Amino acid sequence: MDTPVRPKDADGREILDSVVIRFAGDSGDGMQLAGAQFTQTTAVAGNDLATFPDFPAEIRAPAGTTFGVSGFQIHFASHDVLTPGDDPDVLVAMNPAALKVNLKDVPAGGLVILNTGAFTAGNLKKAGYTKNPLEDGTLDAYRKLEIDVSKLTLAAVEPHGLGTKEGLRAKNLWTLGLLYWLFARDRGPTVEWLRRKFAKRPDLAEANIAALNAGHVYGETAELPTGISSYKIPKADLPPGHYRNITGNEALAWGLTAAGKLSGLPVFYGSYPITPASSVLHSLAGLKHYGVTTFQAEDEIAAICSAIGAAYAGIIGATATSGPGMALKGEALGLAIMTELPLVIFDIQRAGPSTGMPTKTEQSDLFQAVWGRNADAPLVVLAPATPGECFQMAIDAVRIALKYMTPVIVLSDGFIANGAEPWRIPEFASLPPIDVKFRVDPEGFHPYLRDPVSLARNWAKPGTPGLEHRIGGIEKSFDTGHISYDSENHHKMTKTRAAKIQNVANDLPEQKVELGNDSGELAIVGWGSTYGSINQAVRRCRKDGLDVSHIHIRHMWPLPRGLEKLLKNFRRVIVPELNNGQLARILRAEYLVPAEPLDKIEGMPFRVAEIHKAIVDTLAAKT
Amino acid sequence: MDTPNKLSRKDFTSDQEVRWCPGCGDYAILAAMQRTLPDLGVSREKTVFVSGIGCSSRFPYYMNTYGFHTIHGRAPAFATGVKLANPELDVWVVTGDGDGLSIGGNHFLHVLRRNVDLQLLMFNNRIYGLTKGQYSPTSLVGQKTPSTPFGSIDMPVNPCLVALGANARFVARGIDTSTSTLGELFKVAHAHKGTSFIEILQNCPVFNDGEWDNVAAREVASEHQLWVEHGKPLLFGKDKTKGLRLAPGGSHVDVVTIGENGVSLADVAVHDQTNRTLAFLLANLFLPEFPMAFGVLYCNPVASYDSAVAQQNAAAVEKLGTGDIDKLLRSGHTWNAG
Repeated sequence: MDTPVRPKDADGREILDSVVIRFAGDSGDGMQLAGAQFTQTTAVAGNDLATFPDFPAEIRAPAGTTFGVSGFQIHFASHDVLTPGDDPDVLVAMNPAALKVNLKDVPAGGLVILNTGAFTAGNLKKAGYTKNPLEDGTLDAYRKLEIDVSKLTLAAVEPHGLGTKEGLRAKNLWTLGLLYWLFARDRGPTVEWLRRKFAKRPDLAEANIAALNAGHVYGETAELPTGISSYKIPKADLPPGHYRNITGNEALAWGLTAAGKLSGLPVFYGSYPITPASSVLHSLAGLKHYGVTTFQAEDEIAAICSAIGAAYAGIIGATATSGPGMALKGEALGLAIMTELPLVIFDIQRAGPSTGMPTKTEQSDLFQAVWGRNADAPLVVLAPATPGECFQMAIDAVRIALKYMTPVIVLSDGFIANGAEPWRIPEFASLPPIDVKFRVDPEGFHPYLRDPVSLARNWAKPGTPGLEHRIGGIEKSFDTGHISYDSENHHKMTKTRAAKIQNVANDLPEQKVELGNDSGELAIVGWGSTYGSINQAVRRCRKDGLDVSHIHIRHMWPLPRGLEKLLKNFRRVIVPELNNGQLARILRAEYLVPAEPLDKIEGMPFRVAEIHKAIVDTLAAKT
Repeated sequence: MDTPNKLSRKDFTSDQEVRWCPGCGDYAILAAMQRTLPDLGVSREKTVFVSGIGCSSRFPYYMNTYGFHTIHGRAPAFATGVKLANPELDVWVVTGDGDGLSIGGNHFLHVLRRNVDLQLLMFNNRIYGLTKGQYSPTSLVGQKTPSTPFGSIDMPVNPCLVALGANARFVARGIDTSTSTLGELFKVAHAHKGTSFIEILQNCPVFNDGEWDNVAAREVASEHQLWVEHGKPLLFGKDKTKGLRLAPGGSHVDVVTIGENGVSLADVAVHDQTNRTLAFLLANLFLPEFPMAFGVLYCNPVASYDSAVAQQNAAAVEKLGTGDIDKLLRSGHTWNAG
């Protein structure tokens, strides 16, 4: 929405390539719900999209305050979308606090939709406005739609007999109806969803549908202010296939479930609730008929210990957590490394240390994942770049854990966990099965017998006659598997554990360039959820003729083969991360390359513009 | 039964050299276990011993079964995972007063309230052995140790009371000096489906020698030990002439002697192992006023956690059919593109 004269379709709708909408309101205003519904509908309309829910940690912060503002941003387009967008073209502000918090992000000329019904003296004061921004010129630079949504919603639901309090809850649907009209979305899926959601309260379903329709009718009939039109965003050219929206946590849960089927083993998932990992537990808890047992443990430690117990007993053991929970799981991870048992840990990172900012995203557990245990305790660390990749990454994690008899950490983050993107659904039959080998032959058995190539020890599960054995945290003899305090043996076992993990790299693809040439002036090296921002920025710069490439690492430990050589092909290496320079330090330590950190530790993803500027400045400084 | 030939003590003895201190009470408990398992008709391959950290937690290394020596205090959590992963396994957890009540107190509480089908043995010697003699959560006030040179000022806990408070369905107490009764306790604990908790009073000859002498010593045992049996009067003493009388309303017990002050056998309370209130009273008896109670203080089975989990998993399959990944991935809104 950045060019003043735009083409129109036959219905008189302006045709746009891409739009970014931010819904903002009180945490009780149902903005996440409105956003999620808009997302589903937009996906069905054939646009590519990315979303970013941003909500406070408090369940219901005091109404009307700035710290209680909940936001949901969606970027949708007729081309491929990699990020939820830097700045919103459209801001929906359901109250003064939502306006106060979000207006600074809206570029001049952006569209601001306001619920004037919430701009009362009390709400203005709570938001910290001394003057009414609707009247003092604050909004002069914007196009605005000022509507008393509260009043119109109440009028719409009135025939359904709802009281004021219940009736006002439908404001979000009224607003959604208006947006559906503005962007030519089909109301059908939301109507169906409301009927399903309120199957037991048909009066509520019909009231909400009435609000949705009223918002839509308002758009159709009201005379819009000059400069505001209705819009059409043509379908995106997605690769052919069957699609759905998927969040990162959903994809992890489903990937783990699929891995169970692919390996023929039941899945045990022991977990303790923690933001933003809990929804993995919620997803899996409903999948008991897929051979998944979920166990809500008494604490983070019991969660991982129960999963290790399950792995010891011969099935897939998995757990998930976030930073503070990872810290608690450290000792048990050491035991899983020492006993060489397969285990999958999803760490959905959040801003820290300590409690930090639980609902805000960060990539600051990289050190903790790679090194955060006592002694030399290597394991495998993977990092998906997008919500969709989480599905395959969960399967890969199980495959590696079972083959190498090792814990595997999947480092996701709050942004990937809650963000959604259209995902091309794979056919289950197209996924390669996971090979599982249990030791059954008692001849010559001891628990630390190793595969000569992978160095993985053999897996002998209780219940197998003749393989009775004892394992534990005490160092074992390389040769007999018995307890050993022998100093040379400890040295050998430490080296063996490390070599085994390094062997995992042999199964993983060589590091490739994501975008651009495999040598040159500047490489932007990312990992995890910064993918979209980096890729978009590099793409833009390359269009402008700048010599910059995007390298994205998905296997954090062991690092991929070929990465060192690739990095050394570039004169400069910049590592954007949502932390204080952790990957940059690892790359420096491992390869002696002058990797430069570009850090952002604000609990928010990178904006494309931030990385774009870093590239432009870096390349300009050179000349 | 998987093993047609009856196994012997030797079959359950591993090839590992036992490394407890000479005279340690753990030897007697180990022997009782190795002698009892053949009588239970269990197979070695389906038996798993899980332990945490401490002297008692070395136990699995000496059993020729499957064994998992885990981390400090967390054995119940590992054992829960083992049992849920394979309910066919016969799971024993071995812990101590430090491992189970200090660092592992939380897991102790939760395994008991969930009622996972396993046997939980707590060797209580009222001291930290492996870390060389510090006081433990069951050490009495005044206990002098390297970390309490002026005497412990912590109030101790009573393991059986904690277990009962956590809603354990099976609570028993034994002692290392009576290996035959230990064997019997292992048998009934094994037969109980759910978490079977046994506190075993155990002597640490190095750091807390004689701690239980006044209960265990041969010359005082009959006077100071009350062995309870379901449906039998609560009698003790050399000639079984002493007994416990329950106050009207069941609020407390007192010691009576049959034949004195008009007391007859009919006045002595009869043990009812399903009576939780009585179990609390019995678990809380201490010298010198009372004898200590031994045997099955409480046994009142309900469905075990693992059986409920299995049932819920099976019910889900029954109701929803065996999960189909393609269906899962296509649930909710989907659309075709291209």
